[in-house]
Amino acid sequence: MIKSSPRKLAPQRRLDSFRKELGALTGLILLCIVMSFASPYFLSLTNLMNVLRQSTLIGIVAAGMTMIIITGGIDLSVGSVLSLSSCLTAGMIIWYGWNVWLSVALGIIIGAVFGLLNGLLITQIPLPPFIATLGIMGVARGLAFVYTGGAPIYTFPKSFRYLGQGMIGPVPFPVILMLIIYVLFYILLKRTKLGRYTYAIGGNEEAAILSGIQVGKFKTVVYALTGALAALAGMILAARLDAATSVAGDGFELDVIAAVVIGGTSLSGGQGGVIGSLIGALIMGVVRNGLNLLLVSSHWQRVILGVIILVAVTVDVLRKRGVFVKSRG
Amino acid sequence: MFSVKRRFFRDLQRDRWAVRYLELQLYGSNLWMGVVSLDQGYVVQMQGITKEFPGVVALNGVDFNLKRGEVHALVGENGAGKSTLIKILSGAYQMDRGEIRINGQKVNISSPRHSQELGISVIYQEFNLVPYLSVAENIFLGRESMSNGVFINNKENRAKAQELLDRLELEISIDDTVADLGVAQQQMVEVAKALSMQASIIVMDEPTSALGNREIEQLFRTIEKMKSEGISIIYISHRLEELWQIADRVTVLRDGQFITTSDMETMDKDQLIKYMVGRDLTEQFPERNVSLGEEILRVENLSKKGVLENISFNLRKGEVVGFAGLVGSGRTELMRCLFGADRFEQGKIYLEGREIEIKSPRDAIGHGIGFITEDRQRQGLMLVRPVKENITVTALDRVISNLLIDHSEERRIAEDLVDKLRIRTPGLEQEVRYLSGGNQQKVVISKWLLEKAKILIFDEPTRGIDVGAKKEVYSLINELVGQGVGVIMVSSELPEILGMSDRIYVMSEGRITGELGSQEATQEKILQYATEE
Repeated sequence: MIKSSPRKLAPQRRLDSFRKELGALTGLILLCIVMSFASPYFLSLTNLMNVLRQSTLIGIVAAGMTMIIITGGIDLSVGSVLSLSSCLTAGMIIWYGWNVWLSVALGIIIGAVFGLLNGLLITQIPLPPFIATLGIMGVARGLAFVYTGGAPIYTFPKSFRYLGQGMIGPVPFPVILMLIIYVLFYILLKRTKLGRYTYAIGGNEEAAILSGIQVGKFKTVVYALTGALAALAGMILAARLDAATSVAGDGFELDVIAAVVIGGTSLSGGQGGVIGSLIGALIMGVVRNGLNLLLVSSHWQRVILGVIILVAVTVDVLRKRGVFVKSRG
Repeated sequence: MFSVKRRFFRDLQRDRWAVRYLELQLYGSNLWMGVVSLDQGYVVQMQGITKEFPGVVALNGVDFNLKRGEVHALVGENGAGKSTLIKILSGAYQMDRGEIRINGQKVNISSPRHSQELGISVIYQEFNLVPYLSVAENIFLGRESMSNGVFINNKENRAKAQELLDRLELEISIDDTVADLGVAQQQMVEVAKALSMQASIIVMDEPTSALGNREIEQLFRTIEKMKSEGISIIYISHRLEELWQIADRVTVLRDGQFITTSDMETMDKDQLIKYMVGRDLTEQFPERNVSLGEEILRVENLSKKGVLENISFNLRKGEVVGFAGLVGSGRTELMRCLFGADRFEQGKIYLEGREIEIKSPRDAIGHGIGFITEDRQRQGLMLVRPVKENITVTALDRVISNLLIDHSEERRIAEDLVDKLRIRTPGLEQEVRYLSGGNQQKVVISKWLLEKAKILIFDEPTRGIDVGAKKEVYSLINELVGQGVGVIMVSSELPEILGMSDRIYVMSEGRITGELGSQEATQEKILQYATEE
């Protein structure tokens, strides 16, 4: 009786670890069903691919944002970093005529550097994540304006445009890229030290420090990764529009945070996962797409997306309260 | 015959009502205490108070009486039942059995609010003040005078606050921000707040624990002032000496039992300590037969300004060294320095004869030092994470191959420890917050067993866990020293220190004031050293 029996309960574990995502997934499926009745175009292959393509930017950055939010932090600078790194890369390619892939790599490194800066401000000074990334958000956006003079940089070579417009079979290239990133981040979170420590730090930072975890180092890495993802999203956006602008990604950070939160990752840290965030990003994509199909004005779309965030988080909070009561009994 | 009997009962009945009526009259006019001899001047009468928690009888038929205008000290070791008694009086807990009378009237204190309405006010060690509001705003927080029912009448609030401060003869400005005040002054604000609620019974929980000598004098002056106004004070303190300065009577509790109530004048310190600790050790400490090895740790002249002063001690392989002392004597601070969680200015640490530098917990762990913290929820556990992850967090490298965590290996290791320590959990994936205190503590301990630790620091290892789990912790400590680990155990429970330690260091005010071998150590000696100034 005393002896516990974890072996016996092991199968339940798998179900348990996906129960969190199940809520968001159910929401996504319901949404798709409703949309398929509301609009005959919704289920067409072209439209579905469109939805996926529209979800890629938010989706890619949400993978990193999920890790940040699990540590108990937040990153408001992703929209600005997206814009700045895409403008710089555009400048390198179009103004200076540098090698396309070298420029892309440099752009992503610049994104990572800004993320690193966030991480250092947060762990070394230390500033609250909200403040540090709010500051960097202003700095990066400002630098984008300074660099471009406010005018868009456009007409990329075809090789670069492939990043945003390329297709592999019927599937857009950025979608493939997003899926690869999610596989990598899933493994990163579930199977590496960095991932485990991400949960540990968010679960209890003090306990993590006293367990010998170099909290500062790991947090900084997480912010740097997210910066790099924001830059990558910037490349994809510029390639798709065939233009890089200093106004790109305005308000983007809030969409990304919304996707993560809809996916069930708790803003208080220590809990959540990337699968939920991918579903969250898809939900936002489906809603946007569906509302477009139904010819709902973009003004009303903002209202509806706001309501969806509130509903998703409310459901999550209520569900957690229910779980808590059950486990006490 | 029948009628005689009936008349007798009728008369008796009438007399009872007459007495009751008289009582009520007298009570109303405040003369009552002088006249009715049974309830002579008692504002609080607690009789046969019993409170049980699952597995523990916290209070067993305790009596406690408080006179009008007296300072009544309530003493006992940790776990004696002082705070449970106070929590019953303040309405935080409901008693299981017993009777409480306030001003002679039987009451059933149902909530903290009810307790307040009865004129009872508790001033806890951690104050309930809002730091960035002014003194006046804090005193009347939630009970502000309003004008027109909309706006706060600042003028009136400030006037009333000033009146209170004047009454207590305090030199605090009503407009000072509470955060800018010293601890003693904040305490005074709490007192003023209590008085503003018409409190006639004030409970002070360790009021001097954070105060310096001059501040204590000020506190005592304020207490005298309140006494002279007929306010009664229940005074809880671990600093025994000061009781003779301030208290009129003292009640001793031990293991949830009432031991004695006595005038301070007829009590001396040795006698009081005997009352507090005079028990057989009811908790069984498992036997240990370990021969001590060579010295594994030596600390020389470790100092941290204002916290620790010239701390020197050593630890041998297979030895349990106990650190006794009062709360706030610097034991936890010392351990945090040793573990690299806090910095210290001076001092040297030698591990197995070699001087080492410890700048972070990571360094300490690298040198084979583990730290089971005092506050497991805040410092030891990731409550929302599963048991498995909490166990392997310190030794994740052991389950990583090719950069990836080997989940089955991790489960195997965690399972082993869950079995070995008999951690009761529905599974490895259970979030630790749902485990009981004792099982949570075992999870905290288990994470240090994975790393081959040479030295383990246990800070209050059995706080808040039940007797069964306590024994398991003791057995585990014995097993560890049997394997040659050196154990440092900080504990405020004297029986535990005495029952487990090979040697005992006693700390007071950041210094080591005594070192005792297991043979010579007694509770009395430890308390003497612990209260040494």
